[in-house]
Amino acid sequence: MAAKTQRDEWKALSDFLAIGAAAFLVILGLVLAIAGEDPVMKFHGCLLLGASGIALLYILTQFVEGREPADTRGYADGVVRAGVIATVFWGIAGFIVGDVIAWQLAFPALNFDLPWTSFGRLRPLHTSAVIFAFGGNALIATSFYVVQRTCRARLAGKWSPWFVFWGYQLFIVLAATGYLLGVTQSKEYAEPEWYVDLWLTIVWVVYLLVFLATLAKRKEPHVYVANWFYLAFIVTVAMLHIVNNLAVPVSLLGTQSVILYAGVQDAMTQWWYGHNAVGFFLTAGFLGMMYYFVPKRAERPIYSYRLSVVHFWSLIFIYIWAGPHHLHYTALPDWAQTLGMTFSIILWMPSWGGMINGLMTLSGAWDKLRTDPVIRMLIVAVAFYGMSTFEGPLMSIKSVNSLSHYTDWTIGHVHSGALGWVAFISFGALYCLVPWLWHRKALYSQRLVEWHFWISTLGIVLYITSMWVSGILQGLMWRAYNSLGFLEYSFVETVEAMHPFYIIRAIGGLLFVLGAFVMAYNLWRTARGDQPVDATDQPSVAAAPEFRPGEYTAPAE
Amino acid sequence: MEYEQVASISQVAALIFFIVLFAGVVIYAFWPGNKKRFDEAAKLPLEDDPESDKGKDG
Repeated sequence: MAAKTQRDEWKALSDFLAIGAAAFLVILGLVLAIAGEDPVMKFHGCLLLGASGIALLYILTQFVEGREPADTRGYADGVVRAGVIATVFWGIAGFIVGDVIAWQLAFPALNFDLPWTSFGRLRPLHTSAVIFAFGGNALIATSFYVVQRTCRARLAGKWSPWFVFWGYQLFIVLAATGYLLGVTQSKEYAEPEWYVDLWLTIVWVVYLLVFLATLAKRKEPHVYVANWFYLAFIVTVAMLHIVNNLAVPVSLLGTQSVILYAGVQDAMTQWWYGHNAVGFFLTAGFLGMMYYFVPKRAERPIYSYRLSVVHFWSLIFIYIWAGPHHLHYTALPDWAQTLGMTFSIILWMPSWGGMINGLMTLSGAWDKLRTDPVIRMLIVAVAFYGMSTFEGPLMSIKSVNSLSHYTDWTIGHVHSGALGWVAFISFGALYCLVPWLWHRKALYSQRLVEWHFWISTLGIVLYITSMWVSGILQGLMWRAYNSLGFLEYSFVETVEAMHPFYIIRAIGGLLFVLGAFVMAYNLWRTARGDQPVDATDQPSVAAAPEFRPGEYTAPAE
Repeated sequence: MEYEQVASISQVAALIFFIVLFAGVVIYAFWPGNKKRFDEAAKLPLEDDPESDKGKDG
């Protein structure tokens, strides 16, 4: 009895806190909407007012009517389902914007001479949409799913996980609309202005607390390695985000701010942030995904748990030092450049250790690559991880960098990691999650997964090969001298030489967008509960846990 | 302190730090007493407990 009253008191407290926070945000939104010093701040005030107003009304009706959320027992999967939908939505949005700017590079007239559709504004829209909106939602959703399963504990908090989800979507909308309206602090991958940064900090700290509280109440004695990677991702991104975005706002009611750092210190802080966004957002987080979904889908334990321990600790201690390789041959002191290069090369070891661990998990079950396109997607993602983490350290070597830096080779390298590794491992996880979360017996169509896999793989190959050729061509043209010591080519001649490769790249991107649409259709039919067209071809692990026969099933022949 | 002094101290310190760190990680990973724990942990994602999954949140 006493325990019950105490629990009720806690619930009432959490409701009051949620109502108080929402009411505060309503007032804040109102103030910014009325007193904002520039149109964008007024507009963002309206967005905050609308979002927190809806949240306040919803929490109040729940509280007054004494209603409980639909899923109070078992695992909290509602927020994971929402995250899956958001991942697909933002993924498609980000891929389309990416392909639009790829076509703009080939045919500049496509920017329509409008400020809002110019390359300079759409490019950060694309990078933020794919990294933070698509990737971030995929990480939040899968981390919430994985931490519950591997801890055998329900997600901590009643409103907090939903605050993390909706708060993160608001961050995305504030950032994206800001870019289109010309509000940016001009730091790559950290373009949102000071007030959007503050909002993300609040959301992120709540995310960390939800994750930690769930770990704390786990029923498993051991913290599974995937959770270590997710935790490293959350903690490090918080640190990077706060340090890199330290700024003084020009006015508390305006969008503009001045960054705390200047000159080479600013550049170094930015690329310490930038490279660790790659290392901890796009690598550690998605490795967490790999360490859960690859063994789960393959129905094999991870190849070597010991290797995963070594992988984790060496990866996080080495990655943090690699940032200076973005500033070779700049005002950054030479020793710092060499340091960045050396640590980048050392990264070969943990990266490949992790890749081998992921790939060899299929040892003894290689036939699944042929029979299950979802596992093929996951494994090809790990192979791309190996490829791009080989290429990255190679490009960080100063003499290679002198050729590759500022060229399209960098763009190709980033996309072999982003499309091949990040997107493919996320697609694989989505194909696993949708039948599991919506309690379906199989995916709607495994054949459509095959189509998605091959269309997208072809797209990636076109993308990265065209960028290799164009990047190396560009680098060689820039450094070509004639016999009199003058530059052989003018800049515009190098631009002209890029044109055919830009078209090939844009076609590759288009294929990738098409593949994503095929996936969205397939996942939508699955979630809706339509009769699967080829359920017998799918492995039993494709079904939601309650439909799986027995603990272990032999691989399909 | 001269630049060379700072550089050599930090280089040696970092060398020792990373070697000790890495040795520690490897010893932890291969410590015979941890084998059972790691073997169990490796199977964690494979064990379903359908009880908590079963349609309670439809």
